Amino acid sequence: MHFLANPARFLKIARPATAWLLWPGLLLTIAGMAAGLILTPPDYLQGETVRILYIHVPAAWLGMGGWTGIAVAAVAQLVWRHPLAAVAGRAIAPAGAAFAAICLATGSIWGRPTWGTWWEWDGRLTSMLILFFLYLGYIALAAAEKERGGEGRVAALFGLVGAVNLPVIHYSVLWWRTLHQGQSISVAGGSSIDGDLLWPLPLTLCGFTLLFGAAVLMRMRAELAEAKVEARLRRSAAE
Amino acid sequence: MNPWPFVAAAYVVAIVGTSALLLWSWLSMRRAEAKADALKRP
Repeated sequence: MHFLANPARFLKIARPATAWLLWPGLLLTIAGMAAGLILTPPDYLQGETVRILYIHVPAAWLGMGGWTGIAVAAVAQLVWRHPLAAVAGRAIAPAGAAFAAICLATGSIWGRPTWGTWWEWDGRLTSMLILFFLYLGYIALAAAEKERGGEGRVAALFGLVGAVNLPVIHYSVLWWRTLHQGQSISVAGGSSIDGDLLWPLPLTLCGFTLLFGAAVLMRMRAELAEAKVEARLRRSAAE
Repeated sequence: MNPWPFVAAAYVVAIVGTSALLLWSWLSMRRAEAKADALKRP
């Protein structure tokens, strides 16, 4: 991580990496979505609506993964004073917010034919909505702090405190009686979903994750270029 | 209830949302880097 502390060195890697993430990400996402729509059979219980799984699960994963990234960046900033940590936090937030919103919207659309309702104030849905509002709060706070010329320490603290919501989202289906189904896919324990239905999910999971990474790198590059312009203008004004 | 309008709506939300995020990130990056390059030139 310290190797990337130099913005020039980071940009040397970030420029080609943006394309490395973007194009394979697009390819995997399109392939996974097409497979999920065309090649997999309907579920015996949910029928065709099960196809929403291939976009809803990656969106939920990236909504939560984005805040994990913000929390890691916050630790890097507060503990090691990493010069790019605040930039990374600010770059992750809009992408995380977008995927949290996609997760909420696709979940609501999935809920109508499956549960008979667009929305229910249960543990999983409410904690995910809170995550979306936390993203909005973080974006506003980080932007205000940047405008005041701050280092982004308040936003970093907010990012760390907001991480408390992540285990609440994860365990909400176990802690409370909820409409949302329990955990059906686990990294350690396999999956209760049949393989014929499950196989396009890794494609969309990897694809959307690569696209998320590309968006974050593009936002970081934009932030670094804006900082360079600002510094140069300040220098020429002082001369 | 016909499930396909729900499936289509969910995919449209995901595609439009992700495309908007990528397009906004790309445009803001291009604009900022072009401004920085313009200042670099004498």
